[in-house]
Amino acid sequence: MSTIEIAELHKSFGKLEVLRGIDLKVEPGEVVCVIGPSGSGKSTLLRCVNLLEEPTSGSIRVAGVEVTDPDTDIDEVRRGIGMVFQQFNLFGHLTVRENVTIAQRRVLKRNRADATRIATANLDRVGLTDKAASYPAQLSGGQQQRVAIARALAMDPKLMLFDEPTSALDPELVGEVLAVMRGLAADGMTMLVVTHEMAFAREVASRVVFMDAGVIVEQGPPAEVFNKPREARTREFLHRVLEPTRVSETEIGAHLTE
Amino acid sequence: MKLSRRRRQRLVRVAGYAVFVAAILVVVTAADWDRLSDAFFRGDIARGMFPEAITVALRNTIIYTLLAFVFGLTLGLVLALMRLSSILPYRWAATAYIELFRGLPALLVLFMVGYGVPLAFPDREIPGGVYGSVTVGLGLTAAAYMAETIRAGIQAVPKGQLEAARTLGMSHTRAMVSIVLPQAFRIVIPPLTNEIILLTKDTSLVYVLGVTPATIELTKFAGDTLNTKVNPTPLVVAGLLYLVITLPLSQVVRALERRAARER
Repeated sequence: MSTIEIAELHKSFGKLEVLRGIDLKVEPGEVVCVIGPSGSGKSTLLRCVNLLEEPTSGSIRVAGVEVTDPDTDIDEVRRGIGMVFQQFNLFGHLTVRENVTIAQRRVLKRNRADATRIATANLDRVGLTDKAASYPAQLSGGQQQRVAIARALAMDPKLMLFDEPTSALDPELVGEVLAVMRGLAADGMTMLVVTHEMAFAREVASRVVFMDAGVIVEQGPPAEVFNKPREARTREFLHRVLEPTRVSETEIGAHLTE
Repeated sequence: MKLSRRRRQRLVRVAGYAVFVAAILVVVTAADWDRLSDAFFRGDIARGMFPEAITVALRNTIIYTLLAFVFGLTLGLVLALMRLSSILPYRWAATAYIELFRGLPALLVLFMVGYGVPLAFPDREIPGGVYGSVTVGLGLTAAAYMAETIRAGIQAVPKGQLEAARTLGMSHTRAMVSIVLPQAFRIVIPPLTNEIILLTKDTSLVYVLGVTPATIELTKFAGDTLNTKVNPTPLVVAGLLYLVITLPLSQVVRALERRAARER
């Protein structure tokens, strides 16, 4: 059974159709990186998977459960899906340890000792055991994002969603977050990652999905998508992202849309 | 003679201070201090007000304030949540309530509770006698103000906090209770403390309910003493006792605001 199975997904915000018919499968253990220009709908796609955005039409199955079905207990489904946000979204009034234990205690009803033990193990995994008593505001962006990853992992998710996890970070802090994610991938975690880090996608992804204007333009192994893109739009995007200094003046404004 | 820019600025500043000091001096010297102190600062009358001024009047003022505050805070929280609800009738009801009670004088509301409720429900009464009536009468108005404050506080918590909590499998209610409201209350503590200060002064309206010597508060106590002694000194004493409550609270607000500014 596929971990994620998306079929004919459409999503509109008012008159604006952001997703225009998405079909995508993610198999257990796969690391799928979604790349594409801003506004292409990649974040919206990710947010539909755990129903942070309500799809306009279409079907999304996570581990066989139809999440758009009104009878589905969405809280139950979300427990199995970890999510990491661009803006970290750590709980500012709680310490790092409490950030990682609160959902274990309140949602999974683990006792304090178990929750703390699991929190410590996951903070160790992201290299932050010494910051357990700190508050989020006292941490760097990279540290905050690693706590956010530990917080998600403490719920024993079967699937991790990453929504541009390094986009809000200072350049020198990107590496530490990517290192944690690479470790997760190596441990066999199923991951759906929206990212602008092409080097990460090329190196870690088992599959790269290129989206533009609300549709999947092409997908395949990173070696294929990056080295021999089939579609003109993909080539155009990669050219602009991978060789920004070689974009000539004649190309300014000449975005390939449609 | 041509003055440098700096000298000119200094001269203007000194002239400003001089005018300010002169104005104060004129007022101070022109005032008839003997008559003033005879009217407002009679030590014997002031001393005669104690210890009741503290053991009864100040005590009741504080009790009324706290009761109305707790009632107002509870109702205000409910109203704030209703205003933010996705259910339209809740939003309407809360908005109507807030607009109504913010627009009415606290005195009128207190009066309606004190005299209207017994008329409407002849066989029942608000538990707690005057204390109960004051709690409701002042709390209803305070709730309207606090609802808006709390709503603003909840909306000031970034949307990502709720999303992160929901993503971890928390229900909407659980996420509000454990994640959003604690942070919202941290934001609204300074404005809520201001609300207590306003409430403290609003307890001076309690006299309309007809208080007994046991339930008397500062303003009524001072007014009664004024009538018997035919001298307004008691008003000054009452004023100072209000400051005993409100000045520390203002300090608390300022300290909290400083802390909030540091954390940002």
